[in-house]
Parts: sequence; structure tokens; C-alpha cells
Amino acid sequence: MDAGILIYRIAKPRLRSLACRVMNSSSPDWTAVRAQFPMLRQVQEDGHPLLYFDSAASSQKPQAVIDALTRYYEHDNANVHRGLYELSARATMQYEDSRRRVAHFIAAGESEVIFTRGTTESINLVAHAWSGKNLRPGDVILLTELEHHSNLVPWQLAAERHGATLRFVPVLGEDGSLDEAAVPELLSDEVKLFAFPHISNSLGTITPAPEWCALARQRGIATLVDAAQSVGHIPVDVKSLGCDFLAFSGHKICGPTGIGVLYGRAEILASLPPWHGGGEMIESVHYGHSTYREAPARFEAGTPPIAGAIGLAAACNYLSALGMEAIATRDDILTTRLVDTLNRIDGVRAIGPSGKRGALSSFVMDGVHPHDLVTFASGRGLALRGGHHCTQPLMRKLKLPGTARASLYFYNTEEEIDRLGEILTDTRRYFA
Amino acid sequence: MNPLDELYQQVILEHARRPQNHGPQPVPPAYRAEGVNPSCGDEIAVWVTFAPDGTIQKVSFDGQGCAISQSAASVMTLKAAGLNPDAARGLITDFHDIVTGSTEVDFDHFGEMAAFSGVRQFPQRVKCAMLGWRALEQALLQRNPAA
Repeated sequence: MDAGILIYRIAKPRLRSLACRVMNSSSPDWTAVRAQFPMLRQVQEDGHPLLYFDSAASSQKPQAVIDALTRYYEHDNANVHRGLYELSARATMQYEDSRRRVAHFIAAGESEVIFTRGTTESINLVAHAWSGKNLRPGDVILLTELEHHSNLVPWQLAAERHGATLRFVPVLGEDGSLDEAAVPELLSDEVKLFAFPHISNSLGTITPAPEWCALARQRGIATLVDAAQSVGHIPVDVKSLGCDFLAFSGHKICGPTGIGVLYGRAEILASLPPWHGGGEMIESVHYGHSTYREAPARFEAGTPPIAGAIGLAAACNYLSALGMEAIATRDDILTTRLVDTLNRIDGVRAIGPSGKRGALSSFVMDGVHPHDLVTFASGRGLALRGGHHCTQPLMRKLKLPGTARASLYFYNTEEEIDRLGEILTDTRRYFA
Repeated sequence: MNPLDELYQQVILEHARRPQNHGPQPVPPAYRAEGVNPSCGDEIAVWVTFAPDGTIQKVSFDGQGCAISQSAASVMTLKAAGLNPDAARGLITDFHDIVTGSTEVDFDHFGEMAAFSGVRQFPQRVKCAMLGWRALEQALLQRNPAA
């Protein structure tokens, strides 16, 4: 037996028992949970420990997910759905098991989960396949002014292709609140689709998604929820949300990059034409025409991100074992501390909702541009995002020259937030 | 000096706090060009006026941005005034070398421009440093498209 396999066999039970110890109680031991993320042990060249506050851009990965990827590439790698040999059958089984696992994670049916490259591709799929079938000149797509570029630009392109126009639910101010009272009127006859973020990536606003989806459905308007910042942070159940489409990315919820999900309600997926053409999405191909398979295969042309799907399923298992309610509570406690810390620093102003919000806070510092702030903080090991956060129109509307953003996840600690406060105090002193 | 202090030298912070030649000029006679940094959304406008003999009379700029982009534009307005367009283009190349190159920077020759050599250790900030300088390049092209 070679040494690698020996180590693997010995290491596996130990990992499993650690996982049980960490996860079996109702409230996880967050110190032990954090220890499962190898990246978070990193120390910079200059001796500063990594203070990772950019999880809204991409989360770190637990050992369980890293191991699932390694295991797949070391033991099970083959193309799916085509080889008749045992290995290919095994890879196919794991890929489809992953789909079932991910579907279960958001309470969807397994044929309602389409694997994509990420949230952006998921939204583009709808903006092409759904729009091609449903948009006519004069139709309206309703969005919000909070939109990330990835839930705005695909609709601009679709509107241009089909002669439709865009309208927006107005944002009311720096607290990130939306003009919710205007929504019933904005959902007028010409509106064919309402797409909005579940949680705003730059301000943290939580939208009333179930109410909006219900209202839209009463009027025959399709809904798409950009759940890039909500799945993995709060429990998400597509049936109780009542949306037609929901999009999210694997890498923001402890999974690998290059994998994402489009949930589509079964009835609506059945009505849509393909988007990308290629292998695997077809039933029968002739030189002149082809026929296509049912969803989800119809929307997965070519070799899919197999390892990505397996890694995402491992991430869903990991999060479920911690418990989504426990994660949401942990997020809330840390976020409250983060916002309080920011507001206590002289010359710093936290931006976004005063009450409940996503696990992030944008902020501005008097006299210090976000880029300078982020560069200085980086010199102390602190990873922040600075700029427009892919929400340029929103920043313009709020008259902000960009913001700095601290975003977190369950693996961050109270001590890290206190350290963030000290570094930002130093930053102000350095530049002001 | 640690990399941060090298990036944010006092000269740079001073120019960022009190930028020189800040503000618009009437168009015409001035030529106006804009620079945009897509990674942060920072926008800068640069105005250039020329003397009858074709040399640059005055460069000014306006816009919001980080300490690096604002101070680099401020230093640029001082250095470019009085040059002919070819010399100004040479200066743009020199400045690009200072913020991206690997050869030693001649501090005596370049004066305040040399303070930006600290940007070399922060490749993601090169666009900030070049923002105003690229706009100057565009303004020169507007006056003499063939050059």
C-alpha cells in the first residue's frame, strides 16, 4: 500500500471525529470550527496574521471541502454521462448525487438545480433563455437600484435585444432602504420579470423577498432572486420564498470557484429553450436540426464543472452540519459588533441598514479615500474590499466615491473585529 | 522604510492634501480629456492650454480620487507646464517607468516624480498613479491627432 493511501486512511477517521465533536452540539464550538480553515492560519510575510474580512467577495474553504476536491481528483476523476466504464459511472453518480445534495440544501427538486459557473452565469442564462421566449417590445423588467452589476448588465443587454426597458425600485438613502411602498404600483401590466437581490452586496439591505415574489406571482410576473449574499448565510428555502429563479455561487459559501447554481421552478424550466448548445444537452442531433433533453441537462452543455459540483455538495454538507440557523445567529452577533466598532471610530461612518442586515458593512472615513484605506489596512494583514463593489450606479446615486467594505462569516472572531477597529483608527491617524 | 511609508511618502500626502493646479479651465482655449479607473470608479478631468509657439502653458485637473491619483496628477501639472508636446510625451513614459519599472530612479533628475517609485510594490495601484497622466496623453492627442 502506498504511503499516500495509508495517511489518507488514518487521517480520515480522525477528521470525522473532530467534525462530530465540533458539530454535534446545538451551538457549534466556533474556535474549533475556525481551526478547520487552513487559510485562516496564514501569517503574512511581515508577520501580521491574516484578518480576512472579504467573505462577501469569496469565502475561505474548510478542510472537508478541500479534501472532497482532492479525493475526487485522486480517486474518481473521469468525464460524466458518457463513459460506460466503471470510473465514469462513479464520477457521474457523484456529480448527480451532488445535484441532489445542493437541491436539498435550498429545498428544491433535483431537476430544478442547474449547475453553472456562478451567479453571473446563472443570471445570464435566464436573461437569454427566458427573455428570448418571453420578452416583447414595450415590456418592462423591474430591478432595484441596489443591483450588483451582474444583475443589471445582463438585463440591459436583454432589454436591448428585445426592445424592452428597465425600471428600478428606488433606494431611499445611505441606510440602503428601498421604496417598498412603491413596489405594488411598479409591478404594473408591462412588467414581465422582477429581479432583485436577496441581500445587497454593498449595503447589506435584506429585501422582503417572499412578499415581493408572492405579489409578482399574483400578477403573472416572473421573479429572479440574486441570492449570492444570502445562501450560506441564512436558511434559504426556494419554496417558501416563492421565486421562479434563484441564483448563487459556490465560492461564497465555502465551496470552490467555478461552480454556481441556477434554481428554476420546474414548470418554468420546462417552457424554456436551450441557451448554450453542445454535448450532453441534446437528445438527437442531425446535420440540419437537433432535439434537446429536459431540464436540467438541457441547460448544461459540454463537460460540466464536475469537481466544482462535488466540492459544492461538500460545502452544503459542512454548512448543514453546523446548522444554518446557528450560522445566521453567529453572523448576526459578529455583524452587530462590526457595525458598533465602525461607528465608534472617530471620522468613520457605517453605511447601510440600522437594524437587521447581511453579514457586511460598507463604511467611509473622512478625508481618506477607500483605496488608500484598503492599501494601508492590507499592510497590517487586514483584507477589506474598497471601491464601488460592482454597484457603480448605486454609489453615484448615493454620491459616494466608493466605500470600504468589511464582510464576515461564521469563522471570524470578536478579537479580529476589535483588531480591525484598532487598524482603522491607525489608518485615520496616518492619512488625516 | 516599510513599503507603506515608501508608497505614501510625505511629498505624496502633501500633494494629496493640497493639490496644485486644481480646477477647470475654459474650453476653448483649453483642451479637456478624462480618465476613468474602472476598478474603483475614480474619474479625473485634465485641462491643457498651449502657448502660441505650441508649448504647454498650463495643465490643471479636477476630480475625486485616492491620494495616489490626486498627488500624481498634481505633480504632473507642475512638471508638464512649459514643455513642448513631445517632451511631455517623454515625461509620461518616464513617469510610467518610475511606477512600473525595475531600473533605479534618478531622484535628482526627476524630483517629486521620483517619490512615486513606491508604487512599484503595489501593482494594483499603477492605474491610480497613471490616471491623470493618461488623461494628459489624451489631451495632447486631441490637439495633434497625428503625433
